[in-house]
Amino acid sequence: MAQSWEVRLSGSGGQGLILAGIILAEAGILDGQNVVQTQSYGPAARGGASKAEVIISPGDIDYPKVLACDVLLALNQESCIKYSGDLKNNSVTIVDSSLVKHIPPVAGKIYPLPITKTAREEVGRELVANVVALGALVGLTGVVSREAITNALMARVPRGTEELNAKALEVGFKMAAEARNSQKNVQQVS
Amino acid sequence: MMPARLMQGNEACAEGALAAGLSFYAGYPITPSTEITEILSRKLPARGGRFIQMEDEIASMAAVIGASLTGAKALTATSGPGFSLKQENIGFAALAEVPCVIINVQRLGPSTGVATAPAQGDVMQAKWGTHGDHPVIVLSPASVKECFMLTVRSFNLAERFRVPVIMLLDEVVGHMRERVELPAVGELNIINRRKPEVEPHRYVPYRAGDDKVPPMACFGEGYRYHVTGLIHDENGFATEKPDAVQSHLKRLQDKILLHHSEIVDSEQVNTGEAEVVLIAYGSTARSAARAVRLAGEEGLKVGLFRPISIWPFPEQQLKELARKKVKFIVAEMNFGQLALDIERLVGGLCPVHRLNQVNGELIKPGTILEKIREVY
Amino acid sequence: MLPEVEQYFRIEKLPHMWCPGCGNGIVLHSLVNAISGLGLNQDKTVIVSGIGCASRAAGYLDFDTLHTTHGRALAFATGIKFSRPELNVFVLMGDGDCTAIGGNHLIHAARRNINLTAIVFNNHIYGMTGGQYSPMTPSKKRATTAVFGSVERAFNLPELVKGAGATYVARATTYHTALLTNLIMEAHKNKGFSLVEVITACPTAYGRYNKLGSPAEMLKAQRENAVNIKDLRGSNGEVPEGKVVIGELYRAEAPEYIEEYLAAVKALQEKGGK
Repeated sequence: MAQSWEVRLSGSGGQGLILAGIILAEAGILDGQNVVQTQSYGPAARGGASKAEVIISPGDIDYPKVLACDVLLALNQESCIKYSGDLKNNSVTIVDSSLVKHIPPVAGKIYPLPITKTAREEVGRELVANVVALGALVGLTGVVSREAITNALMARVPRGTEELNAKALEVGFKMAAEARNSQKNVQQVS
Repeated sequence: MMPARLMQGNEACAEGALAAGLSFYAGYPITPSTEITEILSRKLPARGGRFIQMEDEIASMAAVIGASLTGAKALTATSGPGFSLKQENIGFAALAEVPCVIINVQRLGPSTGVATAPAQGDVMQAKWGTHGDHPVIVLSPASVKECFMLTVRSFNLAERFRVPVIMLLDEVVGHMRERVELPAVGELNIINRRKPEVEPHRYVPYRAGDDKVPPMACFGEGYRYHVTGLIHDENGFATEKPDAVQSHLKRLQDKILLHHSEIVDSEQVNTGEAEVVLIAYGSTARSAARAVRLAGEEGLKVGLFRPISIWPFPEQQLKELARKKVKFIVAEMNFGQLALDIERLVGGLCPVHRLNQVNGELIKPGTILEKIREVY
Repeated sequence: MLPEVEQYFRIEKLPHMWCPGCGNGIVLHSLVNAISGLGLNQDKTVIVSGIGCASRAAGYLDFDTLHTTHGRALAFATGIKFSRPELNVFVLMGDGDCTAIGGNHLIHAARRNINLTAIVFNNHIYGMTGGQYSPMTPSKKRATTAVFGSVERAFNLPELVKGAGATYVARATTYHTALLTNLIMEAHKNKGFSLVEVITACPTAYGRYNKLGSPAEMLKAQRENAVNIKDLRGSNGEVPEGKVVIGELYRAEAPEYIEEYLAAVKALQEKGGK
C-alpha cells in the first residue's frame, strides 16, 4: 500500500529546484498518485534560500505544505540549516556535499553526496545538478517509480537536451545505489 | 473529462477563462498574478482573442470595460497594489453594468507589503474598494480545480448579471500546483449576456424586466446608446432626480439580492455533529480541513464551513449552523475582515472566535488545532 | 441647427450645459462636420470621452457613446478599438483630463500608434471644478489655485505626443472652424494615433481670471494670436512671441498597433504555432 510522502527540495534561487519539484510531482501523477506542489521564494531570481515542496499521496491532500518532512534535499548551506527543523525520525536527508560543509544534527538518515561536483565532472554541466539530485533522491527513497521520474523528466526538458538529462538522472541513481551500499556515507542520528 | 495533469492555480484561472470564452485580456505584470498574464499572452492571440499589456492597472481595467462594451468576454488579473489601482474603474463597471472579471491574487499588504507572501487582506476591499454603494460578486477558490471552475463561473455570473466579478485568490492557491482532472469545454455550462430583442429605436438600455438585469447591446451594432459613470436614468443619461437616482442604485442592489440563492456557494465538511465549526476560505480552508481531521483523531467534534462566494455571503447556511449553537472559529490571514461580518450575521446566537495570522505564512493546521482545544 | 448635421445629434438632449460663450459647441460642430465629410457609418462610430466640461460632449452625439472616468478615456478607447478594429473611435478630452490625470495613457496610446483620433479641447483650465490651473495653463496665468499666476510651465502638447510616437498632430482654434474640420478629417484618415488640439475659450473661468474680455474678444484673440504653420515655412521657422501655431504640425509613417498585432498572430498561425 502506497504511503504519503512530504518532500522538500531546497537550495538557492537558480538551482532549478522549483522545476525539479514540478517534475517530481508530475512523476507522482504518472504513478497514479495525488500530488500538490508549492514553493516559497524571495524577490531575487538568483541566490537566497528557495524551496519547493511536493506532497505525494494516494488520497486527498488538504494542507498543501510540508509539516513533517519525509525527504529533504538541501543544495546549499543556508537551506540545509533553515529547512531541516521538521524532519521525521525515519526521514531521509540528502545534502550536496560539494556546497554544504556544515550539517546540523537532524533526525533520520543523512546522505552527503557530491551532487553539483558530479553534475559538473561526470555529466559535464553544473546546470543539471537538480536532475542528478532528483535521481539520487528517487533512488534512495522510492517516492516515485524510476519509470515515472524518467518519463516526467523527458516530458519537461527542452528538445535537444534529452540525452544530457537522461545521463544526469542515471548518474543520480548510480550515486544513490553506491550510497546505500556504503555505510560510511550514511550518518544516522536518532 | 480531460486527462489528469499537474496545473498551477494561476494557470487554471487562465485556462478557465479560455474555456469560458475569453476574447480580451488586458493586464500589467505584478507578483503573484503574473503567470495569468504570461499564459494568456501566449494562448489568447492564437485563438483569435486580443491580449494587451497596458501601461498600468488603471488602464488595464479601463481597456477591459471598453472591450466588454463591444461584446468581448474580458478579463484582467492583478494583485494587491494593482487591485487598489483598479478600484475606480471597477466602480464604473458596477454602475454602468459592464460584465467583466477581475482576478486578484492576494499578497501581503498594505502597500508593497511582502510581494511574494500569501495573505487575505483584500476581503473588504473586494466588497467596498470603490467609492459609493454598489453590489459585487466575489468568489474564493481553495484548490487548483476550483480556480478553473470558479473562473468559468465568474464569467457566467458577470454575463448573467452584468456585474464585475472578482476572483479572490491568495498567493498559495495561485502558485500551488495540483493534480487536476478538468472537464472538457463541451461539458461546461457557459452563459452569455442577454442581448436586446427590440429594434434599436425601441431599445431602452437600462430598463430591466422582473429579473432586474437589462439586456445589453454591443457597441457597433446600431443601438447607438450612451454609457456613463454618472448616475443615469433608464435611457442611460445622467440624472440628478432623487427618485431616478434611488431607483437606479436600488435596482443594482436588487439584481444581486433577488438572485442571492443562485449566486451563493459554500461547502461544509463534518458539520453534522460538530460542536466547533471552523470558518475558512482560500488556502486557509486547506489548513482548516487538516485541523478538522487532527481534531477528530483527538475525539473532538469539529467541522468546517467554507464560503466559496465571499460576497454575497452564504448567510442562510451560516445561520443554520449558528442556530445549532456551535462555536465558530474564523481563521483568516488578516486581522478579522470576514469575522466581522460573520459576527454580525450570527448576531450573538453562538460564540464567534477569531484566529488571525498576518505574518506572510499560511496558517498551520497545528495553530488551528490549538485554537480548537482552547475554545472547545 | 443645420439640417446636414442634425442627424448626428441627440436633439432631445439639447440645449447643452456649457456656459454662454464656451467654445466647446464649436468644436462639436466641426467634429460632426468632419464625420459627415468623411461619410462615416454612424452605427460604426464610437465617441469616447473622459471627465470634465468637454467630455460632456459625448452625451449630445448620436453614436455609441462612452463617458468614462477622469483621464482614462484613451485606455477605454484602446479596449474598444482593439476589440473591434472596424469601429471608428474618436476620443474627446479636456486639457486637464488628457494631459494631467490622463498623461500616462496619452503617451502610451501615442507610443503604440493605435488607430484612435484624439481631440483635446484646450481651454487652459479645469472648467467644471471652477477654474483651477492645468498642465496646459501658460506660466503666469491665473486660476483659482494659482491666484498669483501659475509658476509651472505648460506642456507643449503637440511636441509631447510627437515625441511619444503619435503619427498625426495638428492644432486649430475655435475661430478657425473650417481648418479644424479639415484637420479632424485628416487626423481620422491617418492610420495610427492622431491628436488634434483645439484652443477653445472658457470665458467663465480662464477668461474672467485673466481679464481676457468677452467671449467675442477671446475668439478675436484666437484669430490674432494664431499663425498657420504654412506661413511659418520659408521664414526661419521660429514662432513669434505670444503666437500659437495652427495647422497640420506633424505627420509620419509608423506601424499601427492593431495591424502589427494581427500580422504577428497571422504569422504565428501560418508557422503552425499555438
